[in-house]
Amino acid sequence: MGAHAHDSHGHDDHLDGEQDFHVSYKGYATGFILSVILTAIPFWLVMDKVLANPKTTGLVILGFAAVQMVVHMIYFLHMNAKVEGGWSMLALLFTVALVVIMLAGSVWVMYHMNANMMPTPDPAAMRGM
Amino acid sequence: MSATIATHVNGAPVWYDHAGEHHPPNSTMLGFWLYLMSDCLIFAVLFAVYAVLGRNYAAGPSGADLFDLPLVAANTALLLFSSITYGFAMIAMQARKKSQVLAWLAVTGLLGLGFLGIELYEFHHLIHEGAGPGRSAFLSSFFTLVGTHGLHVTFGCIWLVTLMFQVGKGGLTPPNRRRLMCLSMFWHFLDVVWIGVFTFVYLMGVM
Repeated sequence: MGAHAHDSHGHDDHLDGEQDFHVSYKGYATGFILSVILTAIPFWLVMDKVLANPKTTGLVILGFAAVQMVVHMIYFLHMNAKVEGGWSMLALLFTVALVVIMLAGSVWVMYHMNANMMPTPDPAAMRGM
Repeated sequence: MSATIATHVNGAPVWYDHAGEHHPPNSTMLGFWLYLMSDCLIFAVLFAVYAVLGRNYAAGPSGADLFDLPLVAANTALLLFSSITYGFAMIAMQARKKSQVLAWLAVTGLLGLGFLGIELYEFHHLIHEGAGPGRSAFLSSFFTLVGTHGLHVTFGCIWLVTLMFQVGKGGLTPPNRRRLMCLSMFWHFLDVVWIGVFTFVYLMGVM
């Protein structure tokens, strides 16, 4: 590369972006403990069938997943509004918007297409097809 | 584009890198983050496909018949542990302790290989039972989504071994530290995707 050939005036070989990346045991330990809790609860809810209604269980574990993703973003990916002058956060928000539109839109459109299909004569006749 | 900025008044170009100061910010990390965001869109599409097709069993087995949750829990634990061991490697990198970095990278790599081993065992078992990707739309979308994630982990492991050689040979030089930071983002990003996989595919699949 040679970009650091000018480093003759003795300062530490500094890497841009590294100051955004200051890491500590405390940060990783916090993220890890939170992740373990946020992973264990959904597995427990599903494996022990704690909630009577599967729909409620589904919504609750999706909520846990969303929270755990935020925990990983903050403690493991060191995401905040200041990284790269805010551009990383902007890219993330844009991506999240796209993902939400794509997921919700696909499910919504395909659900209605399924609902408008011609009725199947006999589900049992489908067996072995 | 920036001719007025990049030249002196007398027309001679300014070499920011050699001037020592005014050195333009290194944008590798932002660029890598943008790559991860585009990768996120790939996974979002595969999740959308699974959301649409995941209940189309074609009179074949469903997730409740196939998924082994203790195995998935073990896989989740392996990936989560590999995230924190990579974190320890980053802390060692910050303290410029090369041997510790290499040791934690090795632990991370082994946990990653353990994850891949369990996933390959699961895939092999499913295909052996006749529940391969060709069985139903559900299984096609399942293998595509989970397999794409596994492929990413595979490449992450290859990258990790490559970096171990580079750090072992060249030490914790700025380019190597930048590479370690990129792999850190890649590795943690895969763990974020796995949260979606174990929740949406496995846990909601057995209900």
